[in-house]
Amino acid sequence: MVTNATSLSSSGVSDWLIQRFSAVILAVYTFVVLGAFIIKPDMDYNTWSTLFNSNPMRLFSLITIFALCGHAWIGLWTITTDYLNVHHVGGLATFSRLTVQALCALITVTYLFWGIQIFWGS
Amino acid sequence: MLVSIYRYNPEIDAKPIMQDIEVEIPEGKDLMVLDVLNLAKEKDPTIVYRRSCREGVCGSDGMNINGQNGLGCITPLSEAVKPGKKLVLRPLPGLPVIRDLVVDMSIFYKQFEKVKPWLMNDTPAPAIERLQSQEDRAKLDGLYECILCACCSTACPSFWWNPDKFIGPAGLLQAYRFLADTRDTAAVERLAGLDDPFSVFRCRGIMNCVSVCPKGLNPTRAIGHIRTMLVAEGT
Repeated sequence: MVTNATSLSSSGVSDWLIQRFSAVILAVYTFVVLGAFIIKPDMDYNTWSTLFNSNPMRLFSLITIFALCGHAWIGLWTITTDYLNVHHVGGLATFSRLTVQALCALITVTYLFWGIQIFWGS
Repeated sequence: MLVSIYRYNPEIDAKPIMQDIEVEIPEGKDLMVLDVLNLAKEKDPTIVYRRSCREGVCGSDGMNINGQNGLGCITPLSEAVKPGKKLVLRPLPGLPVIRDLVVDMSIFYKQFEKVKPWLMNDTPAPAIERLQSQEDRAKLDGLYECILCACCSTACPSFWWNPDKFIGPAGLLQAYRFLADTRDTAAVERLAGLDDPFSVFRCRGIMNCVSVCPKGLNPTRAIGHIRTMLVAEGT
């Protein structure tokens, strides 16, 4: 058992499942948005705004933002642990990995709250 | 034929070099790569490499042959190199070089050891032996044949990046060999030791291991089975 403090759930199975479920949510959301453009090729701001202000779409968008942030964190965490380790950057491994992980976490959380604010703010 | 061989003695050399040696190949014969290496060694006796059984059983002569990992003793020249081209031999990638084509396999064995590659059964031993049906025995086919040559693990980028954390295809094939064995009663304990983000889940399914295995085994499929067992156990 290899322990890790910065992975999303510290469990390989949980991270793996979260990444797969979130991928499905992201794919469905993409199809829904693309579908909206196909159904309404002459989409204007009012139609767009009505669609995204409807309660089901706001809820779906919120779930998708959470899925996106979880998916992105697991992916970025994997990349940092693959490439920012002693085999690649030697003695700077821990410092560089933690710095990049902290930046990624900050950006992810910023996007999360910003997204919530866009869809659910006044 | 021109053979280009990786030469490096870390105790003396500042960096590795590729040494070109001209070798006479007998007319009309499709020699194995190991035979060609033996001919090269006759010209330069200082070349160092491992070999033993010369029939693909011991797994000693795993090496990188024209960019692809394989066993020198069962890789024919016709398969390894196009006519008129150079044969290029390098050590297995990702492991520290001890000298020339000989690599330090300690980390590979350490990962193998982690999966406890032996039968664990806490029930009282029967008088003679633990019997198994033919169907249950058949589940081990494609798993037990691994010769630990390390061709698969050293072809795996996930193993290159995290050799100390990712068990690698060879170790995981053996992990599943015991998980699939109906005589083993330690499945829950074995799975608990694998449920972290590195040991199994660093496998990205690129299947380099499958394409290089000299025994034709499929570690990616075994890893998929372990993943399914982990999901079943953990949800």
